[in-house]
Amino acid sequence: MRQPETIQIKGIREGLLVTLGEGDWPTILISLMEKIIEKENFFKGAKLALDVGNRILHAAELGILRDRLADKSISLWAILSNSPITEMTAQDLGLATRISVPKPERIIKSNDSSLSGDDAIFLRRTIRSGFKVVSNGHITILGDVNPGAEIIAGGSIIIWGKCQGVVQAGTEGNEDAVVCALDLNPTQLRIAGIIAISPKRKGKPQPEVAKIISGQVVAETWNPKSR
Amino acid sequence: MSAKVVTISSGKGGVGKTTTTANLAVALAQENQKVVCIDGDIGLRNLDVILGLENRIVYDLVDVVEGRCRIRQAMIRDKRLPDLFLIPAAQTRDKSAVSPSDMIRLCEEIRDEMDWIIIDSPAGIERGFRNALAPADMVIVVTNPEVSSVRDADRIIGLVEAEEKGPAQLILNRVNLALTKRGDMLSTEDVLELLAINLIGVIPEDESVIVASNRGQPVTFANNSRAGQAFRNIAKRLLGEEVPFMNLETNHGLINRLAKLMKIRGD
Repeated sequence: MRQPETIQIKGIREGLLVTLGEGDWPTILISLMEKIIEKENFFKGAKLALDVGNRILHAAELGILRDRLADKSISLWAILSNSPITEMTAQDLGLATRISVPKPERIIKSNDSSLSGDDAIFLRRTIRSGFKVVSNGHITILGDVNPGAEIIAGGSIIIWGKCQGVVQAGTEGNEDAVVCALDLNPTQLRIAGIIAISPKRKGKPQPEVAKIISGQVVAETWNPKSR
Repeated sequence: MSAKVVTISSGKGGVGKTTTTANLAVALAQENQKVVCIDGDIGLRNLDVILGLENRIVYDLVDVVEGRCRIRQAMIRDKRLPDLFLIPAAQTRDKSAVSPSDMIRLCEEIRDEMDWIIIDSPAGIERGFRNALAPADMVIVVTNPEVSSVRDADRIIGLVEAEEKGPAQLILNRVNLALTKRGDMLSTEDVLELLAINLIGVIPEDESVIVASNRGQPVTFANNSRAGQAFRNIAKRLLGEEVPFMNLETNHGLINRLAKLMKIRGD
């Protein structure tokens, strides 16, 4: 009776973790050794932790196992078990009974306060005439977008610099997309297919946000207070 | 000796690439540098005319590339400045007669004997420009203070950056201070703000440039021309000297000059 599928092998930080499923000990031991011989190179020199589940194993059994593994140049360093007897036996043989697993609860906790956000690309350079930046996500540019350049985003566009090229945000019809720039003076601006041409600007450039308000592209001066 | 290969480009035609090439070559040769200029505008050659060497052409760039002559045979020595040479372009062929790797090979061949190799790029961004760009150690972009020429310069600068030949240097040509002052022309600051590269020279608009070019006697040969002075300053900057930018306002027109004289008197 062979049940090779009851043996699970996993790579962990400390080496390999082998989990043994149901089955009587001699049988499972045979299938384990078969598995090891099958992939001899993979196991050679490995540090092995063995999860034996609820089995009660005695010193003789564990000793034989350790010797057999050692023959294949595998060092057994830990036995994980739910049975206190097996644990004690393992400890008597100088084997560890725990592997330090990072506590999953902690990770979940820190995830709760960090927001995942959307994908965006970032460029720190001048986008010159004849060049194009295209992304399905958002686009962030630290630098100027010169006339003749094109910025095309599925999402929003943020330009920390002068924007004088053609910018298209929300190309897939996303009407929530916005275009922000320190100096928003594009040749042409499109959000979700709605086209706008910037009016002749008077006065000093100010940071602006362009978005769709009732079917029209509207550029508003960036106002931290209204946020 | 290992020459520096400088490519003069602009994208747009008619902004003064060839005039700049000729004058810069003359100015560098006047500083006792060994200079060869290569006309990259195959099929529409001009550099030979502006340098006044048209009637001495025997072999050209395409003859060298296709192995009909040695490179030395195609180099025309300028009689006015013995350190100045020209490799002319072929007039009867087109840009596809030369490849970028031909240009690199050619420059490598003469690099050891020269201080400067100045390549006059044709207008456009196609094969001719690629040929001129391929061997470049440094690219000088020439532009006029007009929107269309600045736009094309921006494109060229981007292409130069993409080829990792950047950052390009900028020469602002044909600056007319009177127009700028009236707000009818882009100012140097406007151009620099958009292009965001290092300015290496400003050439004032000067009738004598055209007259000199038509005579085949680049304006830099003349001592009294302001444009010629500007080119000599650029040559000095290329040689690592710190030369302050010319004050374009001085000597501007007879009335200004008179006004200035009066002022000095008045003081």
